[in-house]
Amino acid sequence: MADNAAETKKSASAPEKEQVRKKNKKGVFGEFTKGIIKENPTLVTLLGMCPTLAVTVMASNGIGMGLATTFVLICSNLVISLLKNVIPKAVRLPCFIVIIASFVTLIEFLMKGYLPELYDSLGLYLSLITVNCIILGRAEAFASKNGVLASVLDALGMGLGFTLALFAMGSIREIIGTGKWFGIDLHLPVTMTLFIMSAGGFFTLGVIIALVNRIAGRSAPAEVGCAACPNAANCPSYNKTEGKKEAVSE
Amino acid sequence: MTLIVILLNAILVDNFVLSKFMGICPFLGVSKKLDSAVGMGAAVTFVMVCATLCTYPIYTFILVPMGLEYLKTIAFILIIALFVQLVEMILKKKVQSLYNALGVYLPLITTNCAVLGVTILNVDKGFGFTESLINSLGGGLGFSLALVIFSGVRSRVNSADVPKMFKGVPATLIAASIVSLSFMGFSGLFG
Repeated sequence: MADNAAETKKSASAPEKEQVRKKNKKGVFGEFTKGIIKENPTLVTLLGMCPTLAVTVMASNGIGMGLATTFVLICSNLVISLLKNVIPKAVRLPCFIVIIASFVTLIEFLMKGYLPELYDSLGLYLSLITVNCIILGRAEAFASKNGVLASVLDALGMGLGFTLALFAMGSIREIIGTGKWFGIDLHLPVTMTLFIMSAGGFFTLGVIIALVNRIAGRSAPAEVGCAACPNAANCPSYNKTEGKKEAVSE
Repeated sequence: MTLIVILLNAILVDNFVLSKFMGICPFLGVSKKLDSAVGMGAAVTFVMVCATLCTYPIYTFILVPMGLEYLKTIAFILIIALFVQLVEMILKKKVQSLYNALGVYLPLITTNCAVLGVTILNVDKGFGFTESLINSLGGGLGFSLALVIFSGVRSRVNSADVPKMFKGVPATLIAASIVSLSFMGFSGLFG
């Protein structure tokens, strides 16, 4: 599994378009499925921790946030893969951020109009989709190097993987914390309010990541999703471990 | 009096990292050593205050009169990105010592949700100019406090013998949950 992921990254970063094309032919569908389980952005590459922890006090909030992020991710990946030859390399990050922020504004309007309750409960975190590192990370690592169809499928897979992780987090926290699921009372004998508080968020995520690692049979990553972070090259804590190797090889 | 309440509230009760979950990436990524935690905290505090200094006038005097409040996300993130770039360039040219201390952390801050979060929060809460600045200062100090405390906790966690499946990030997250639990003791401090 790990080998496969490394291969995907290598071929995506390789300058030869032939290679990329060959891989695309082999499985555009693979771009879609990898984000759901194998490279799940939240549970495996550990990106987008802020919304994962913040909004998952209810299962419905988790789904809402996940779908909103998926929408932004698909649109921004689509636009960025179309514009990848137009955007100058030096200013690509600000360009990506503006594109992403525009779609975030769009989803804010849509949600305010059609789902005002969800809009109120997500609140500030809806605007903060702009700085969700999954979106910027996918733009930088995938959409700016791949074709339109592959980028959209990649976004769809990553978005659904994120939504699933948020739904799982939200369900666990809502059921244990309030004894309800989607607002339906489950008549549990004991509930722990701690789980819908901030401490419970950290705890639940820690346990879920540990379980996922246990099931997948690999050891937990030592780093938070730094490898996929667009700022990795500048980050002091990341450079200490892996960046140096890269610098030497370059 | 209210300004002190806003400041302490932002540092302790509504701590950006531990109760609002903003800036989790640097919180978990840069808190491995005390000195880098202090550097990151100082850089975030500085950028938060200065970003508020820039975004508040733009929101109040440009976006509101023109009825463009909905553009605040795009406007604020652009201002923050521009500002961080500018600060980095100025520090590099003029204040070499400060650049050596904070420079490496600056590019990380552009995509830090705590900075965008605090500017939007100031607007959402309807704070005035001074209140906004104090809230940003408190947010930055609270972020630094959490980072510094956690860097201490983390060095202990790393040397502990935890079960294999919990090694690495899971153990760190559970330690963070306990630190967050201790900060819950401050809730309701100001009603």
